[in-house]
Parts: sequence; C-alpha cells; structure tokens
Amino acid sequence: MSTITENDRNDMSSKLGMWLFLFTEMLLFGGLFIVYTIYRYRNSTAFHLAAQELSVFIGTINTIILLCSSCTIAMSVTAIRKKDKKMALMLLGITIFFGLCFLTNKYFEWGSHLREHIYPGSKLLALRGQGDVLFYGLYFFMTGLHALHIIIGLVFISIVTYSILKDRINSENYVLLENSGLYWHLVDLIWIFLFPLFYLIT
Amino acid sequence: MIDQESIQEPSYLEYKGKHKGIFAWILSTDHKRIGMLYLFSILTMFSIGATIGLLMKFELIAPGKTIMGPQTYNAFFTLHGIIMIFTVVIPGLPAVFGNFLLPLMIGAKDVAFPRLNLLSWYFYVTGVSLVIISQFTGQGPPDTGWTFYAPYSFRTAGNMLPAVFGAFVLGFSSVLTGLNFLVTIHRMRAPGMTWLRMPLFPWTLYATGWVQLLATPIIGITLLLVAAERILHIGFFDPTLGGDPLLYQHLFWTYSHPAVYIMILPAMGAISEIISTFSHKVIFGYKFMIASVVAIAFVGYFVWGHHMFTSGMSGTALYSFSLLTFLVAIPSAVKVFNWIATMYKGSIDLQTPFYWAIAFIFVFMIGGFSGLILGSLATNIHLHATHFVLAHFHFIVFGGTGFAFFGAMHYWYPKITGRMYDSKWANTGLLLFFVGFITLYGPMFYLGMKGMPRRYYDYDEIFHAGNIVSSIGSWVLYSGAAIIIINLFYSLKTGSRAQADPWGGKTLEWTIQSPPPVENFKEQPVITKGPYSYI
Repeated sequence: MSTITENDRNDMSSKLGMWLFLFTEMLLFGGLFIVYTIYRYRNSTAFHLAAQELSVFIGTINTIILLCSSCTIAMSVTAIRKKDKKMALMLLGITIFFGLCFLTNKYFEWGSHLREHIYPGSKLLALRGQGDVLFYGLYFFMTGLHALHIIIGLVFISIVTYSILKDRINSENYVLLENSGLYWHLVDLIWIFLFPLFYLIT
Repeated sequence: MIDQESIQEPSYLEYKGKHKGIFAWILSTDHKRIGMLYLFSILTMFSIGATIGLLMKFELIAPGKTIMGPQTYNAFFTLHGIIMIFTVVIPGLPAVFGNFLLPLMIGAKDVAFPRLNLLSWYFYVTGVSLVIISQFTGQGPPDTGWTFYAPYSFRTAGNMLPAVFGAFVLGFSSVLTGLNFLVTIHRMRAPGMTWLRMPLFPWTLYATGWVQLLATPIIGITLLLVAAERILHIGFFDPTLGGDPLLYQHLFWTYSHPAVYIMILPAMGAISEIISTFSHKVIFGYKFMIASVVAIAFVGYFVWGHHMFTSGMSGTALYSFSLLTFLVAIPSAVKVFNWIATMYKGSIDLQTPFYWAIAFIFVFMIGGFSGLILGSLATNIHLHATHFVLAHFHFIVFGGTGFAFFGAMHYWYPKITGRMYDSKWANTGLLLFFVGFITLYGPMFYLGMKGMPRRYYDYDEIFHAGNIVSSIGSWVLYSGAAIIIINLFYSLKTGSRAQADPWGGKTLEWTIQSPPPVENFKEQPVITKGPYSYI
C-alpha cells in the first residue's frame, strides 16, 4: 500500500498518469484503424493500386528517422540520470532535429500529392473512384493527425530542453523528460503501424 | 458534537490564498473548490437545459404550431440534448461530488494532479462556450440532435463545427478527470485502505474512470471525422463518396453507450452511500456491489448495437447485441436487490437524502425494465425512435443520474457548506419533483406504444390527451426543481450549523469538520476496517 499524501511531487503517479493518457491516444488512432480495416476490406483492389503510388523510399527513410529519434530521447534520459547535462541537451537537440526532418519529408511528400491534385475533395481524385477517395482520405487524415502529434511532441521536447538548460530538470527530477520520452515513443509506435498499412501492404 | 469554538482550522471556504475574490476560486487547485466550480457551472447548464425542455413540452401541448416553428424545435432538442448529455449528466456526479469527496473518502490531501484538475474545468468551460457560440453564429443553430448522425450532420446548413468541437473539448475534460481519479485511487489511498476497504462511491468512480478513459477517445476521433467531412469532404461517412453512414453510428455508439454508464455508475455509488448511512447498516453484499459495478462497466462496452436494431445489421449481430443487452440487467438487478436488502432490518432514518434514494430506486427500476422491452428485438422494431425510447431514456438518465445527483446534493450538503438545509421545503420540492417526473415521462410510454415518434414538433390529434398530461407534468417538475434549488441556496445563509457527522455516516469524510479544512485531514488517517462499520 502506497501513500504519498505528504509529498507534493510523485514520479510514480506522474508516470502512471502518462501511461493512462497514452491508452487514450492509442484508442484515438484505434478508431481510425477500424475505419481503415473496414474500407480496406471493401475496396481491396483500389487500396492495393493506390498504395503502390506512395513512395516506399520516403516512407522507409521516415521510419528510420523516427526510430533513431526514439533512441536518442531514450539515451537522453540515461544521460540526465548520470548527471551529464551536456550530453542530454545534445541528444534532445538531435531528437528535435530528427522530428523536423520527418516533418520536412512529410511536407515534400504531401506537396507532390497536392501538385497531382490528389487530396480529399479534389475533383480529379473523385474521378478515380470511391476506393481511391477513401484511401487518400485515410492517408491524409491519419498521417495528418500523426504529424500533428509529432508537432505536439516537438513542442514538449523543446520545453523539456529549455527546462534542462535552466536546471529545472536534473538528475533528481526528470519525470517530465521521461514522460515526453514516453509520448515520443508512442508517436513513433503509431508510425510503425501507419507505415506498413499505407506503404508496404500492396 | 463539534461546536464552533472547538474548530481550529479555517475551512476551505474561508481559506485565504494568494488570489483574491473570484480568482481565489477560478485559479484554485483545491479539489473542493474545483468541485464547487463544477457544481455552479453544471447547475447553470442544467437550468438552461431544463428551461429549453420546458419550452419544448409547451410546444407539444397541442397539435400544430403553439409557440415555435419546426426549425426552432429542431434546434431546441439538439441544444437540450447537447447541454444535458455532454455538460450536465456526463460530468455531473464525477466532476462535482467525485472531485469534492474522492480525496476525502480515501483519506488523501487532494487528487493526484491538482493543476490538471483545474485545467479540466477550463476545458469544460471552453467546450460549453463553443456549444453556446454555435447557437449564435453561422447560418443558424445545429439541428441534428445530440447524436450528430451522418450524413445529415455534414449536409445541414446549421452551424455544426463549433458544436462538434465543443463536444470534443468536453470529452477531453472528461478524459482528464477520469485519468486523475484513476491515478488518485491507485496511488493515494490512506494506509490500510485496501481495495476491499474502499467505500462504494470511490469504487464506482474508479470503474467510471476506466470507461471515461477507454471510451471517450472513440467519440473524439469520430467528431474529428465529422468535422473533416464538413471541411475537407474526406467521404468516410458520405455514401456518395463510398463511405458508410452506418459506420458513423457504430463509432458514435461505441462511445455513447458506455457514456450511459459514465452517467449511471457514480449515481449508483452515491445511492449506495446514502442507503447504508440512513439504514445504519453495512451495505448488503459489499463484494457483489463491487463485482456488479465492474461487470456493468465491462459488459457496457459490448451493447452499443442495440441503438441500431433498425439501422441494418446482420441477424447474428442483432441477436448478439440483444443478448448482451439483457446481460446488463443482471448486475443492475443485483444492485437493486442489495439496496433493498440493506434496508431490511436496518434502523432507517427517514431523511431527505433517503427519500431521494427510494425515489431513485423506483424510477430506475421502471427505466431498467423498459430497457429490457427495448432490448428485445421484436418489440424494438415497433418502439424504435418513438416516445417510448424518450421515456425510457429519461427514466434512466434523468430519473437515475438526476435523482442521484439531487440525492447526493442533499446528502453531502452539510459537509460541503457547513450548513443544514430546511428539510420541509426539501421534501416538498422532492414530492413535486417526483410527481412531476412521473406525470411528464409516464405518458410517453403510452404515446410511444401508440406510435408517436420522438423529435417531431407536431402530432396527430389522437396523441393529444397524453401530451396534455405530459406537458402539465413538466410544469410540476420544473417548479419542484426550482423549490429544491432555491431552498438549498437560501439555506446557505439561514441554515443551522452542521456538525461533523449529522447523519451518522461511517465513511472518512464524516470524520472531519464541516466544511472540511483546506488540508482535509489533520493527521493521516489509518484504516483498520471496512467502510460501513455499523454494528
């Protein structure tokens, strides 16, 4: 039995809260995975053909980038635990850099679709049939929502970096960094599912 | 008995923090003050929603146009639904009484994340503001009903976006409250308070927390998809683009059915506390009560299809959902049985909260049984989307959650305010409320069986008599509610001082002074026995 009424700060509680929050995030995307599953089942040919148009190359690069960024943020937790502030800051800097790289790739990827008039509501896309409309609708919505999570994650990591700089996060009190790390891992994990669903399964 | 001189510590009401005036409240992270913020916001929303309901019943007093046109009526039932569901009954008991009492009942100083708690209230206010903005901007108020059914929700000219985002933000508020309570219950129970020594109200909050956490994200994403459908025409729910409106209904009810259990579970918890206290007896079948709460929360996830029996599903799906719906009745009946069994051979003290609990059991049973009629496939075809559903729903949600809310308010009023209320007026109000309630919603069962659809502003002459009775009931109900609320406000000034434990309750919140001091407990309580230790 644990009681913490005397302490204002409790790292176990914070982490438990973060894990519960991650459940809600998974269910948020879970709803979309259901929509995807149903429409993939109903329009398997159209989904198969449309998926071949996406660039597996950019997708793979982005997957590697995110995996590496998860690695660097995990390393920064170890660094701060070992009181290596400089190393932690550098690793977080690299994480932010990776995140920005991911978004840049996404920007070019989306840009090329938009140039080809492939976006939800476009007349050209509507002409290609309902399966394509649904595939690209899902593609833009799910990767868009994921990109939004990347941006939120980057904002959190930036705040954490600033707090380390100001010594508000240190080897004694680093639960915020750990929680941002957890969030970042979740964003990474969701991409691990999005990547095969849109790029690889053809 | 504690007299005024012996009270040393300033109560949470008198506490002077670094902020003055209203800021001492809206910037406070004290769970008790946040509970009060919710109470006043929710009472305000309830008054608005009830007034709209009253006007709708007045429109229905005679066939044809009485006071409003069809479009206004559509906007009214939409607003009534959004306000009552998303801003009153879903946050109702958890956000008000959960916030105030959860830490007190488990012997903690506050919830696990006090600042997040305050943030939840701000999300609530933001959501409410968005809903209100949707009424006065754009091309007219939303007119889809609170269910936002596709494809109408993205084809109507009504101003859907703010309403949909409002509901989304309210969902966020609900998730954060649930998350906060879960962590609080896991981590902050007083030493010695094992899971099986925890009172039932915290237990129901715990089950509710999980439902809030695991169901609300689904409505979140669904509402975002409706917004995307309106703005971007992504076509997931649009049949002309290959989408499926039925999928919307599935996603919507995957949340909105468990949401009914967010409303009713804490209500059951509060009623359990009241019945045990006023029977001066340990709750009958304590472990079965816990098991039934958990069972309702669990099975509640798998019954959403019963909202869609006439929408077009396979036979297998229909049978399964019907069977699962019947299963929910079992734990609910266990609870009713245990409440009655608790009273048996108890030393019953007939006070206002106990009357509320009795009234709750009565209307809840009618609501529950009518739910079985609707859960059965054959009768559902006849009764689907009629006034029968309307009656069933209001008996459960207003009769269940609403009665429990008022019951809880009368039960914990001395603890929260430090005053007693005038119980004569409280009982008069309750009597009017109860009679009005039955008169208002009772005839709807009959009207529904005769075939009167819901959500219509006009009806055939043959439904006239039932509607007159129902509308008269709405006036009685409304005046009852007014008496109750005015009495409680009036007693804030005039009521006699409350003792620490005016009802002889045995749970932890009654061991500290009324109103509670800022830090709740002078010394960390240590629990050595179960929650209802009457011998």
